[in-house]
Amino acid sequence: METTNPEYFENKAETTTDRAVPKVKGNETEKDITETAAARTRGRRKIMQSIFFFLFRGAAAVNGIALFIIIFFLLKNGLSAISWTFLTQPPMDSMTSGGIFPCIVGTLCLGIGAIIAALPVGVASGIYLNEYARPGLMLRILRLGISNLAGVPSVVFGLFGLAFFCIILKMGVSILAGALTLATLTLPVIIGSTEEALKSVPDTYREASLALGATKWQTIYRVVLPAAMPGILTGAILGLSRAAGETAPIMFTGAVFFAPGKWPSSLLDSVMALPYHIYVLATAGTEIEKTRPLQYGTAIVLIALVLGINLGALIWRSRLRKRLK
Amino acid sequence: MTDNNLKIISANLDFYYNDFKALHNVDLKFTKQQVTALIGPSGCGKSTYLRCLNRMNDLIPGTRVDGEILMDGQDIYDPSVDVVLLRRRIGMVFQKPNPFPKTIFENIAYGMRVNGIKDKAFIESHVEKSLNQAALWEEVKDRLYESALGLSGGQQQRLCIARALAVEPEVLLMDEPCSALDPIATQKIEELIQGLKKEYTIIIVTHSMQQAARVSDVTAFFYMGKLIEVGDTDTIFTKPKLRQTEDYITGRFG
Repeated sequence: METTNPEYFENKAETTTDRAVPKVKGNETEKDITETAAARTRGRRKIMQSIFFFLFRGAAAVNGIALFIIIFFLLKNGLSAISWTFLTQPPMDSMTSGGIFPCIVGTLCLGIGAIIAALPVGVASGIYLNEYARPGLMLRILRLGISNLAGVPSVVFGLFGLAFFCIILKMGVSILAGALTLATLTLPVIIGSTEEALKSVPDTYREASLALGATKWQTIYRVVLPAAMPGILTGAILGLSRAAGETAPIMFTGAVFFAPGKWPSSLLDSVMALPYHIYVLATAGTEIEKTRPLQYGTAIVLIALVLGINLGALIWRSRLRKRLK
Repeated sequence: MTDNNLKIISANLDFYYNDFKALHNVDLKFTKQQVTALIGPSGCGKSTYLRCLNRMNDLIPGTRVDGEILMDGQDIYDPSVDVVLLRRRIGMVFQKPNPFPKTIFENIAYGMRVNGIKDKAFIESHVEKSLNQAALWEEVKDRLYESALGLSGGQQQRLCIARALAVEPEVLLMDEPCSALDPIATQKIEELIQGLKKEYTIIIVTHSMQQAARVSDVTAFFYMGKLIEVGDTDTIFTKPKLRQTEDYITGRFG
């Protein structure tokens, strides 16, 4: 889809020499003016360029370095905790030993549940906003609502979920309530990425399809959506990985301090979850020295899970892109 | 020329983008099995006019049409007309080749599929037929299941023509179909147009006067949203009635 135009980057050298050169003032010609100006600024322009590129490169490097430091810090403190037992067993001895298997399962349940709930609604909203909605006051209000939803602090989603899903809809503290709360949090991300992905599909595809006697829905379903799919999926997965790492929305709605057994038995069970487990270990432990490595180990697992999901999304997207080309 | 040979008639056609009147009172008739070229400088309304003929302008918010366009005697802007069915009867080829990011086969089959055809053998035979009509079959028959985006620009445009032909339209609209192509590909498309006019009513917008002279039977000259002059291509290019037409085709403006 991306095209680079080599001509655009080509140096178009000024050719002043062939032109008839009119005299300006004294014996300074136009040619002299352009040549001295070029000579005067050549060095300076190059220096300016390298200074700014250096700054930009530095800014970009800060991101990489920050991630590197976080990972280094986590590995240093928590790698000793990671073991087969840690990954496959439930916590034991008041969380001072054992593993975090139920937390991994719980986080996956909540994350996958959230995406199952949010993806259809989010994609449908994105399609409506980008393909069907007529510009006007209603649309503007709707967009304002969505962008504000994206800015609501996650703890407020948690309180909303507690009031609405757990109490009003009587779901209790459960996977269902937690996943739905995470879904509302993820919705704006999915709507936004769906809209962006749909916008990047050239209108010429839509025109070609409509001109062949396809309906609007056929056009969207058969041409626009497949072309937008890589972008939509990336957004969905980014939403999922964000949801998987959230603590505040699930601490009142889906996650608990301790859940017996390895597997939840139904959607109405409450679960343990990685981010909440970290919070619990960090704030509620009585034997800090024993829980600290477990806490960092849990963080490593959470980060690995999130990075893994993102990496998977990246690979999936590039496969889809290749198939379209 | 009897009325039976007329495919499309536009009468008193006005077109508005919001408050801007882009077309003024256009009266034009298109005859079956003829190629009509619409020429004129950029922004003269010829593409807008072309897109009125298959109601493509409906897609742009804030546009409005006055007057009427009759196809086989039926007003295509009548509320009872199903736009989707209308567009199947009027094929369109765009300025830039725009194959779908699908295989060559699926590009051609697409129009049949959206129109409800499921019979595999029917689709296969029509894919071959359409590609043959567009003089592309020999070049792509061994790579039907490869992506259409791997074709050259000229091949892509012929693919788009084949795609339009596959739904068996009655009219073919072409909006500067060669403007993104090199001279050899252009020549191929022009030969194609000559062959296709035996079966279709063809209306082509072009910026190239030579192209209009080479491929069309009738030429209509647009300027500032008005139809200035229309007539046999030979007449328009040798002895136009109006000064404006002459100035344009001799390159004095535009």
